Amino acid sequence: MLPNGSKGGLALRTEHPNTAEQAAEVLAAADSEGLSVRPRGAGTKLGWGGPGPEAAIELTTAGLTRIVEHNAPDLTAVVEAGVPLADAQSAFRRGGLMVALDPPLGRDEAATVGGVVATGDSGPLRHRYGAPRDLLLGMTVALADGTVAHAGGKVIKNVAGYDLTKLLAGSFGTLGLVVRVALRLHPLSAKRVTASGSSADPVALQRSCYALAHAPLELESLDISWEAGTGQVLARCTGAAPQPRAEQATRLMQEAGLRSEIVEDDEQLWSRQRERQRSENGTVVRVSGRASEVARVIETASSLGGSVVGRAAMGLLWVALPPADPAVTVATIEQLRRELHPLPCVILDAPREAREGVDVWGKVEPGAAALMRRVKERFDPRGILNPGLFVDGI
Amino acid sequence: MHRLVEQLTRICGADGTIVTRHARDTYGSDGLLQYHVTPGVVVLPDTAEQVRAVVGACHQAGVPWVARGSGTGLSGGAVPVEDGVLIGLNRMRRVLQVDLDNERVVVEPGVTNVDVSAAVAPTHVYPPDPSSQIVCSIGGNVAENSGGAHCFKYGFTTNYVTGLEVVLPDGEVVTLGGAELDRPGYDLVGAFVGSEGTLGIATKITLRVIPKPEDHRTLVAYFDDTTEAGQTVSDIVAASIVPGAIEMMDQLTIQAAEAATHAGYPLDVGAALIVELDGPVAECDARFDEVVDICQRNGATGIRVAADERERELIWKTRKAAFGAMGRISPNYYVQDGVIPRTRLPDVLGRISDLAREHGLKVANVFHAGDGNLHPLVCYDGRAPGEAETAERLAGLILQACVDAGGSLTGEHGIGLDKREHMNKMFSEADLDAFQRLRCAFDPQGLANPGKVMPTPRLCGEVPGPYRQHPLEAAGVAERF
Ligand SMILES: Cc1cc2nc3c(=O)[nH]c(=O)nc-3n(C[C@H](O)[C@H](O)[C@H](O)COP(=O)(O)OP(=O)(O)OC[C@H]3O[C@@H](n4cnc5c(N)ncnc54)[C@H](O)[C@@H]3O)c2cc1C
Repeated sequence: MLPNGSKGGLALRTEHPNTAEQAAEVLAAADSEGLSVRPRGAGTKLGWGGPGPEAAIELTTAGLTRIVEHNAPDLTAVVEAGVPLADAQSAFRRGGLMVALDPPLGRDEAATVGGVVATGDSGPLRHRYGAPRDLLLGMTVALADGTVAHAGGKVIKNVAGYDLTKLLAGSFGTLGLVVRVALRLHPLSAKRVTASGSSADPVALQRSCYALAHAPLELESLDISWEAGTGQVLARCTGAAPQPRAEQATRLMQEAGLRSEIVEDDEQLWSRQRERQRSENGTVVRVSGRASEVARVIETASSLGGSVVGRAAMGLLWVALPPADPAVTVATIEQLRRELHPLPCVILDAPREAREGVDVWGKVEPGAAALMRRVKERFDPRGILNPGLFVDGI
Repeated sequence: MHRLVEQLTRICGADGTIVTRHARDTYGSDGLLQYHVTPGVVVLPDTAEQVRAVVGACHQAGVPWVARGSGTGLSGGAVPVEDGVLIGLNRMRRVLQVDLDNERVVVEPGVTNVDVSAAVAPTHVYPPDPSSQIVCSIGGNVAENSGGAHCFKYGFTTNYVTGLEVVLPDGEVVTLGGAELDRPGYDLVGAFVGSEGTLGIATKITLRVIPKPEDHRTLVAYFDDTTEAGQTVSDIVAASIVPGAIEMMDQLTIQAAEAATHAGYPLDVGAALIVELDGPVAECDARFDEVVDICQRNGATGIRVAADERERELIWKTRKAAFGAMGRISPNYYVQDGVIPRTRLPDVLGRISDLAREHGLKVANVFHAGDGNLHPLVCYDGRAPGEAETAERLAGLILQACVDAGGSLTGEHGIGLDKREHMNKMFSEADLDAFQRLRCAFDPQGLANPGKVMPTPRLCGEVPGPYRQHPLEAAGVAERF
């Protein structure tokens, strides 16, 4: 099956450079010829973003697959953008470490480090460790005019120069091709155990999340989910002695009116949370909410036939809508946005016809949008990188 | 300038506009006293609207300006521009909103770092804790991406800022980010944090706070030398222990700081290592004995465990006094802020002591050991002819040693004026060009804190492109380093 985003037509030409310099050459040539370029990792999230015109050149990171450095004792690593995140994790795991990023990895767990960085995608570990932006120490990027630039470094603390890594993270390939990144690593926890609570009352679920988030439990993850009239809260405790905290978490859940239990073998629970951030044929809307809005988002999504999964304490929720006629999907998205206004609702997965019917990003404050446009113009003046894919038509 | 001053006086009032030479002079330096420039005029706006009007007036007049928080910066970032406007933000000290349900606070830029934690106490804290936290402003923290002792575990300012209201150099006000995460668009909050006052003025700052850790356990261990102490840090990290803080002092620092605090540190040890575990009680209990063990295995000559809060404060007092206490052993000192991969600590410290010997100066070392963030304090006597220059040269060589080891010029103090000439040690011309693109997007006229961060003055072209020479440089007036 073709990715959601493809019309079925193939990009004119595919390039897979092996070095930053080769990538830069491709970009410089495209820039001078005014050809549009679509950066690509494993293609697991190609359907995200606005439905722009088909690009002339597909610039893949398939030839950039080296783990350049793994400095376990320093808690850092340098990897090329095309390395599958799963492969990087296996390498780090051998040193007892991880990069604290666990977004859904898509088909065949193929998602690359570069793709995860470029989309700013994240999973349950976000609660404790943040998003790609928070774990990037440095970056090498090939810019549209063929400049190869580095920002940051490869030590875990550094404020020299502007933090372009954060600018590039989540920029969806519209400012340059991320070629290589330096990452902060964290130790894998010796033990993990999850407190799980359930209820059919969104308000009780939200209440329990407050209690869990505010208790000094140092949770690694605090997730919520809702489907078919019932919901679940998951609190993962890790460390040398997580059991007493998991027990405390179950008590807090009970006090909030949830049925709760401890799940020792919890891997499945969490991979399910991750998977539910994606939908092959349906639509997924990421809602940037707040902890205090969780119940409202659940009730709204539920009334529209949707399910919810996400990070309870951060109010970051993925609403999945079932497959439907594109016109119905568009109407549902619009209603969701209206009811949740002013919370930003970004469409991630969605059939192309539906994406053509809405602004997938939603409105950005005009002043900020103008500034974003100026940034784009400075980095990609001819607009060859993923034209039309990003916010406000960038 | 005269007309501008009149305009600024109308905006900020006579009481908020400082024109006399003597009073302007007091704003000539930040925490790095080596630099002093008297600004043309100082304004002390009280509201975001006044900041907007001031910046707008500067834009129209084409006059450069520098924002200033509490002036504790250690890279000359808030040093004024001659004939420019200095915008002091210390009057903007309101905590605008405390929303503990959502773990957010919204503050004005002049609020001090400790006052943010105070606003969310006793249940929550704002983790980034520079040693200057009692005075430094959140606006300054945002501009420098400040760190502190607890950053190895909790991260830096940039990990806690979720939203900003910014007055751009053309006087426009924009809202970047917000209380919510992952808002659509470029992460301009991330780009602004650490931009050292060169992209605009933050007038409203939304911060994430966290629940206060349940417990903490603190010890200080003494070693014969910094190599043993450094190995201890690496062994702690290798055991998957993430201390809340892990700080090291060498002998010279201990001697100076102890003279100031009388906290009871022995004066004959080669290094002292403070390790603080924090978090859930069960977790602290489970790991603390391991930490003690690791210290002993690495040859600790003594370990003092804080029995109570008073003793914990005493242990920390010495560390926090380290900079200030240098005055006791040296008339002047030069703080550096280089970072190295932590495992390179023994070689780099060896290199620093060789360099110090070659230059005939003393260098005291105090550092955020978990992060590999060194603060070499180069001691010198400014009255002795040539010694200040020698100290500066030595400091530059120390930075080179950090970069050579795969590290960075600065971990938390910023580049500012002080380290801009060293930028080429770490970044290529192409890298600097990429930085300049960001700066030009925010400030095409180059009015915001000009002359900072970048090694040479650069102009923004109409159409962005590769690096172009500044006219002064082309004319041979200014030189590239
Ligand atoms: C004794 C001592 C100990 C220190 N310890 C630490 C430490 O542990 N960790 C650490 O990171 N730093 C430390 N510092 C350095 C300093 O305190 C920090 O850099 C601090 O963030 C500066 O804040 P400030 O309000 O004093 O800023 P200032 O010095 O006034 O300004 C710093 C920079 O911020 C810009 N700026 C100020 N306000 C704004 C605003 N609202 N919008 C945009 N730009 C603005 C200025 O233009 C300037 O470039 C220490 C300094 C001293 C003197």
